[in-house]
Amino acid sequence: MRQLGFALAAAAAAALYAGNPAVAQDKIKIGYVVAKSGPNAPGAGITTIPNYKLWVTDVNAAGGINVGGKKMQIEVVEYDDQSSTEEAVKGIERLATEDKVDLILPPWGTGTNLAVAPVIAKYGYPHLAVTAATDMAPEMVKRFPNSFWFLGTSSQGADALVEVLNKLKAKGLGTNIAMVSVADQFGIELSKAARPALDKAGFKLVYDKSYPVTTQDFAPIINEAKAANPDAFVAFSYPPDTFGLTGTAIALGFNPKVFYTAVGTAFMVYKDQFKDNVDGVMGVGGVNPDTPEMQAYFKHHKEVTGQDADRWASPVTYASLQILQQAIEKVGSLDKQKIADAIKAGEFDTVLGKVKMVNNIRQDVWWAGQWQGGEFYGLGPTSIAGAKEPLFPKPDWKK
Amino acid sequence: MVAFDIVLSGVILGGTYALIALGLTLQYGVARIMNLAYGELLIAAAFGAYWLFVAKAVSPLTGLIVVIPVAFALNWLIYRFLLTPLVRRAKSRDALEADSILATFGMLFIVQGGLLVAFGGQYYSDRFLQSAVIILGDTVEANKLVTAAFAIVASLGLYLALTHTRAGTAIRAVAVAPGSARLVGIDVERLSAFAFALGGALSAAGGVLVSMSLLFSATSGVLFTMKALIIAIMGGAGNLLGSLVAGLILGIAEIAVARLIDPGLTIAINFVLFLAVLLIRPAGLFGRAAA
Repeated sequence: MRQLGFALAAAAAAALYAGNPAVAQDKIKIGYVVAKSGPNAPGAGITTIPNYKLWVTDVNAAGGINVGGKKMQIEVVEYDDQSSTEEAVKGIERLATEDKVDLILPPWGTGTNLAVAPVIAKYGYPHLAVTAATDMAPEMVKRFPNSFWFLGTSSQGADALVEVLNKLKAKGLGTNIAMVSVADQFGIELSKAARPALDKAGFKLVYDKSYPVTTQDFAPIINEAKAANPDAFVAFSYPPDTFGLTGTAIALGFNPKVFYTAVGTAFMVYKDQFKDNVDGVMGVGGVNPDTPEMQAYFKHHKEVTGQDADRWASPVTYASLQILQQAIEKVGSLDKQKIADAIKAGEFDTVLGKVKMVNNIRQDVWWAGQWQGGEFYGLGPTSIAGAKEPLFPKPDWKK
Repeated sequence: MVAFDIVLSGVILGGTYALIALGLTLQYGVARIMNLAYGELLIAAAFGAYWLFVAKAVSPLTGLIVVIPVAFALNWLIYRFLLTPLVRRAKSRDALEADSILATFGMLFIVQGGLLVAFGGQYYSDRFLQSAVIILGDTVEANKLVTAAFAIVASLGLYLALTHTRAGTAIRAVAVAPGSARLVGIDVERLSAFAFALGGALSAAGGVLVSMSLLFSATSGVLFTMKALIIAIMGGAGNLLGSLVAGLILGIAEIAVARLIDPGLTIAINFVLFLAVLLIRPAGLFGRAAA
């Protein structure tokens, strides 16, 4: 009889405990796996990690996120994926099964986000993929309905660049293009999308090569590109190579009228490193720095993290976190499916202005920008508010 | 002309490779230590040069004056305290190699971890001496020219020292037959420590020079160890001229493949050549079969 009594009491206690998670939980546990070493580290270290830290600081300073009437602060679990997709997947598994986090934030890089999308979906978490640009985005949305893609597709990227180049024909740009791409998902997709787009616009590829991710010496590539005498040089590169290609081009005096490197060009450290030489360099991304939200964001980012935000994916990263927070507050709980549904349907106020996802893909993504007078402005797609006229031709490198 | 382009760029690149491999050739050939942390120590020297350049405005070339003796001392200490117990305990050359692989593998992570904590995962480069030098119509970066010149001077200088001085001959004796060397009164342990330290100093010099022209990060060490290993073994373990020649061959082959076929195959050609040499001349291009 006593044993039955104990068992009943234990069962009642368990039921109370299990049925009232809000009482038991005080903090929101958020986890992420991001590249802190390896070739993806420079990108993640500028775009992703500072914004994660900034957001957590801001949220906790305000007392936490309002979850159904209760303010809950954020507790972070972070792992290094060492720029390896295998490690990223393992890290996500660990976050979901061992750390049992409430929400997962995405890693850096198109390839990495594509690799972890299935496992994030497996555990039912919403996947807000920011640093990922892929033509597979619509298909990913079909397979993983709780995934969101913040930088659109690589075709949009290629088209935006070709649109800018096409307009420059009227200002005297010739039709010879030298194109190189990093042999990773990002570079492969963009160059694949760019080839037909360039052809359609009447451009000719006089040099078209891809290079391994671990390339350290860019002299052979720059020398070859120079020998092909192009009017424009386009590199779909990642941060280590963006810096390497630019440095080598300056050293070897390679001065095409248009010089475009991809990820990393919009980093303030790019300007710090190449100083006056950045004027006229085009790159992937862009911002409209003239809105009060953006100005406030840049200032705040520098104050809290000590680093400058980049001029493309940094504000997008922060915006995605603002969206996540607003979705949680709208839903009033940490229910993963409800949060995903709220993101799908809602319109949110962010540093980028109002954002509404269309079929889980963000619209109005800046894809071509240019350094003008010390700031990186968006040039295209020209349909986005704040698009600037390009500076052409790029002034010769100063030594 | 494309052919001249390729040969010139290849020799410059090959010179850099040879310099990177010289130190390992000494460490493996003479001291019989398969130093898997070799690349890490090279990168540590590169970071040292970077720090001197950025924080103290000391040019990398001047920095060599500081880095080389420091690296020599550090490597000597590593040999004395980490590796000497292994040397004394090893019953055969193979046993020493196996032990040294394990020990230096551990050291690799310690050094890499330290660098990651100190510098993070970012990529760095000194970008020093980046001015273009025109040679017969070809543009070459000045820092690469300096690196290649240093490599050639260093290997020739060492080669002459090894063949024309008493100490040099003693070192060669230790490399060829340590057992017999002991019998003629050569202090094998002291000379091995010296060779190991000298190898480390050479790798540090390589690291400083390479920091001027290449992008490196705390995790780049493995790439350098791999390159150094391929060249050291291709040239014949312990053979300095062999390393120089193997480095040059590798440099020219890489440039040729990158220009004529595809830049994506540069890593592949490394291993194709490596395999070819191992299949045709297992002891390396200039190596002798083990005594």
